[in-house]
Amino acid sequence: MYDFDYASPRSVREAVSLLERRGDDARVLSGGTDLIVQLREGRRKAGLVVDIKEIPEVNDLSYGPRQGLRLGAAVPCYKIYGNETVQKLYPGLIDAVSLVGGIQIQGRATVGGNLCNASPAADTIPPLIVLGAACVIAGPQGTRTVPVEDFCIAPGRTVLQRGEFLLSLRIPPPLKNSGAFYLRFIPRNEMDIAVVGAGASVVLGKRRTVFVSARVALGAVAPTPLFVREAGDALAEKPVSDESIQQAAEIARAAARPISDMRGTADHRRHLVGVLTRRALEGAIRRAKES
Amino acid sequence: MSRVHVQARINGEETEFLCEPRQSLLEVLRDVLMLTGSKEGCNNGNCGACNVILDGRLVNSCLVLGVEAQGKDIQTIEGLATPDRLHPLQQQFLEHAALQCGICTPGFIVAAKALLDKNPHPTEPQVRHWLAGNLCRCTGYDKIVRAVLSAADAVRDGR
Ligand SMILES: Cc1cc2nc3c(=O)[nH]c(=O)nc-3n(C[C@H](O)[C@H](O)[C@H](O)COP(=O)(O)OP(=O)(O)OC[C@H]3O[C@@H](n4cnc5c(N)ncnc54)[C@H](O)[C@@H]3O)c2cc1C
Ligand code: FES
Ligand code: FES
Repeated sequence: MYDFDYASPRSVREAVSLLERRGDDARVLSGGTDLIVQLREGRRKAGLVVDIKEIPEVNDLSYGPRQGLRLGAAVPCYKIYGNETVQKLYPGLIDAVSLVGGIQIQGRATVGGNLCNASPAADTIPPLIVLGAACVIAGPQGTRTVPVEDFCIAPGRTVLQRGEFLLSLRIPPPLKNSGAFYLRFIPRNEMDIAVVGAGASVVLGKRRTVFVSARVALGAVAPTPLFVREAGDALAEKPVSDESIQQAAEIARAAARPISDMRGTADHRRHLVGVLTRRALEGAIRRAKES
Repeated sequence: MSRVHVQARINGEETEFLCEPRQSLLEVLRDVLMLTGSKEGCNNGNCGACNVILDGRLVNSCLVLGVEAQGKDIQTIEGLATPDRLHPLQQQFLEHAALQCGICTPGFIVAAKALLDKNPHPTEPQVRHWLAGNLCRCTGYDKIVRAVLSAADAVRDGR
């Protein structure tokens, strides 16, 4: 690996000022499971690596019934799936963090890094979108908030501007009779990149026989993780039935814009979108009924 | 590039070293501290040959910067045996012939140690799931899984 400097700021302000001064020459380091590989392989260049893990705010993992979940950008996967509140209230997020890499990767990899790396196949992004999560971004002008579905703009590119970094994610408290689910298709049992990923969340009526609302998001079928608003909207006020679920899955299938690559053909991916969207919705409904 | 002074606890001993920011913890262990038990297989996080335990968590040392070790506690394969006794995992790997070329072995043993530290009586599926981040191209894995399960029994029986 070629040379770079390393800084480990202890406050948001210090980090912002380093990032502002160095601009594109600086890269944020969280768990390093993407960045260190990219630097080593020359896919990204940096004159300065800014390790954010000593900043208290990025290590926050706390829940309040009004504010919901505050998930610091540098909280590693194992801490998230080891947290009882998250297990109870956000199983759709647990689905994703427990399948990122293997145990060694989960010891370091963070949801913030997964999001900022902006891979179309990133496993945590569809569940964040369906959970209605928002990114809290720190920068020279203070903080701003962006919905997760608007955060990635191209493969490897986000809305972050010079001097900015992701501070935390906010996930609203789960509504009554709601549930979320994420799954992906890979050809082996562990340790692979999603051929397609699908996340869904639903809110059901009091008797749990109709949808109040739903959200669907897909991974690995477009240049960025894809929020398919129409698929969820089509379910509002519909009965919870195989037909309505199938209809939403069809809408998702039509919205996908997959490519063919070594992991699968565009046709295979489009087929998978239909199957996985249905299963994600069924999983979310099951959880809503159990909630 | 100027080198950085780092202090860490490695296999129970306070250790100081100088490293460049670009050096991985794996490079520091092998090239600076001459702890060559940790192996470089893929150097990109896929094989687990470089596994160490960092503040109680299993990690790939090829995906940690040496400078990140500041103030941390690190256990490597060198820390498992005592001068007069192999660790039960090492003993059971030998008895089950759970290695051939041996390049993956330190990683598997450190990974298995992290598992047994957390869960002393894992089931076979738990062992297989835990070791999914470690690759071996020689053994076919089965002997490794048997060795880990017997080591768990050995620890339980105080052997
Ligand atoms: C063997 C292996 C298996 C993997 N398996 C999966 C998998 O199954 N699913 C999956 O989705 N991914 C997988 N990955 C990819 C990777 O582990 C994840 O994307 C991980 O979540 C990245 O998080 P990190 O904390 O390690 O990020 P880092 O590597 O630290 O950072 C990733 C990128 O985001 C930037 N960044 C990080 N944090 C911030 C921040 N707070 N603000 C601004 N920019 C930031 C960095 O500069 C870098 O460009 C795998 C990787 C490996 C090596
Ligand atoms: S050398 Fe580190 S995971 Fe392969
Ligand atoms: S014994 Fe050769 S790779 Fe495992």
